[in-house]
Amino acid sequence: MTRALVVAEHDGRRLDAATAKCVRCALDLQPETLVVAVLAHEGGEIAAQAARLAGVTEVVLVDAPHNARPLAAVLAPQIASLASGFTHVLGPASTFGKDLLPRVAALMGVGQISDVQGVLGPHRFQRPLYAGNALVTVDANPERLVVATVRLASYPGVGEGPQAPVRAQALEVALPSHTRFVERRASGGARPDLMTARRVVSGGRALGSAEAFMLVAELADALGAALGASRAAVDAGFCANDLQVGQTGKIIAPELYVAVGISGAIQHLTGIKDARTIVAINKDPDAPIFEVADIGLVADLFQAVPELIRELRERGAS
Amino acid sequence: MRRIVVAIKRVVDFNVRVRVKPDGSGMATEGLKMSINPFDEIAIEAGLRLKESGAFEEVVIVTAGPSEAEQQLRTGLAMGADRALRVDAPAGLEPLAVARALRAIALREHADLVLLGKQAIDDDHGQTGQMLAALWDRPQATFASKIEIAGNAATVTREIDSGLETLEVDLPAVVTTDLRLNQPRYVKLPEILKAKSKPLAVVRLDELGVDAAPQFVLHDFAPPPARPPGVRVNDVAELVAALQARGALS
Repeated sequence: MTRALVVAEHDGRRLDAATAKCVRCALDLQPETLVVAVLAHEGGEIAAQAARLAGVTEVVLVDAPHNARPLAAVLAPQIASLASGFTHVLGPASTFGKDLLPRVAALMGVGQISDVQGVLGPHRFQRPLYAGNALVTVDANPERLVVATVRLASYPGVGEGPQAPVRAQALEVALPSHTRFVERRASGGARPDLMTARRVVSGGRALGSAEAFMLVAELADALGAALGASRAAVDAGFCANDLQVGQTGKIIAPELYVAVGISGAIQHLTGIKDARTIVAINKDPDAPIFEVADIGLVADLFQAVPELIRELRERGAS
Repeated sequence: MRRIVVAIKRVVDFNVRVRVKPDGSGMATEGLKMSINPFDEIAIEAGLRLKESGAFEEVVIVTAGPSEAEQQLRTGLAMGADRALRVDAPAGLEPLAVARALRAIALREHADLVLLGKQAIDDDHGQTGQMLAALWDRPQATFASKIEIAGNAATVTREIDSGLETLEVDLPAVVTTDLRLNQPRYVKLPEILKAKSKPLAVVRLDELGVDAAPQFVLHDFAPPPARPPGVRVNDVAELVAALQARGALS
């Protein structure tokens, strides 16, 4: 009998879209019960959102001031205490889940499976390694708790279903005071969120400067797209760190991905290969990005991109 | 003595493309160039800079692996670490087993700070630091892009999906390092020679009392499915037409 616990991600006010994706993955386990754990402060609305996700049988809300911020050291012992009676604990392979789930697993004395991208059975999973150069099948011991993170680009979110019950639960767990939240700075802005955007436009080293990178931003705006970047562009200081797409940055699966002046190192390609349509604009006809591009344009980006922006604006494509 | 322990992993070099063995039993890594995991190299650099700032007195680097991994320890010593420790273990130890070994080392060495990369570029697990922090019952600050030490606490800025987060953690603590924390130094020849005489000790897993039995069975390694071949267009007008044909602009 499979009993799955999904750890909800939220920003203190709203449930993150990652949770619906984890629920989708958990449903592939064909669980008897599928419980979402919401650890929050004044999290009633977040729990109500989780309770509307299709397939969820119950939401457990652990509402406490110490859960106002997602500190792994504080959350992990609470999740470990909730996990008894479950066969699986799943969380998103976002920075939130990647920080938290290994800590939960270690407290439970079990290993953790990172970036699950396929469920082949209740104890058989597929995951990528070597920057997505390979996939491997992982068999977990059926006698042990499975703790795993879900590769978000591999799963659509579930839609809404019948309202599941929300149960408030108080936990008697000793919590550490050795970790304190100081501040959080969102780099955000008006553009769509990179992790969840339907369209993403990324720029690479070929842009040459932070000023020129604004051309990519302009194309993103013309398409109503989120802005991304290659590691080379981030390292060169053209844009903020959290725009990095790839093995060590964000792994995304938009409907449309436009790579501008990106050569396409394997580490970058692993972050985009689930995009439905990949467009590459690059001067170098031998750039590896063209090997994965659905539509490739060999051109000087400084001519092609302004022209593309004009075309899109004329067509009102955004 | 205020001490930093830096944990490193020997991996196939960042620039080498690794392929799946034809029989799917694993990755074909024989004979490939090996290096320190790039994130761990950043962790070594971070440790050295913290020592140079006067906040710590000693940097000890540790790895769990077979004797070949001593090459990477020597590189770390050449970068400036004071001494090295190899936990004798087969390659491919699971992160939980490595974390158990590191906990034993952290206790033995009375570490005030343990630094390690946020993930290894071979298995891409990204687990060891968090597991160590759990087993050691100490704070963790993952994906660090800035580390400041003041007395018995560290202020760490973390790269998270939505921007940057700053935490304050009491020492001892575990910090995992992200790409933009620093640019590791180049090793010069005199340092490589000097590193040969720096202490490198070997300790067995069973001496540390570590259960390293694997919990997972890995099989059917496979290359990722290829995308269908794309089309080349000649100009922007054709590009827009191709996008429309795929319904990508609707």
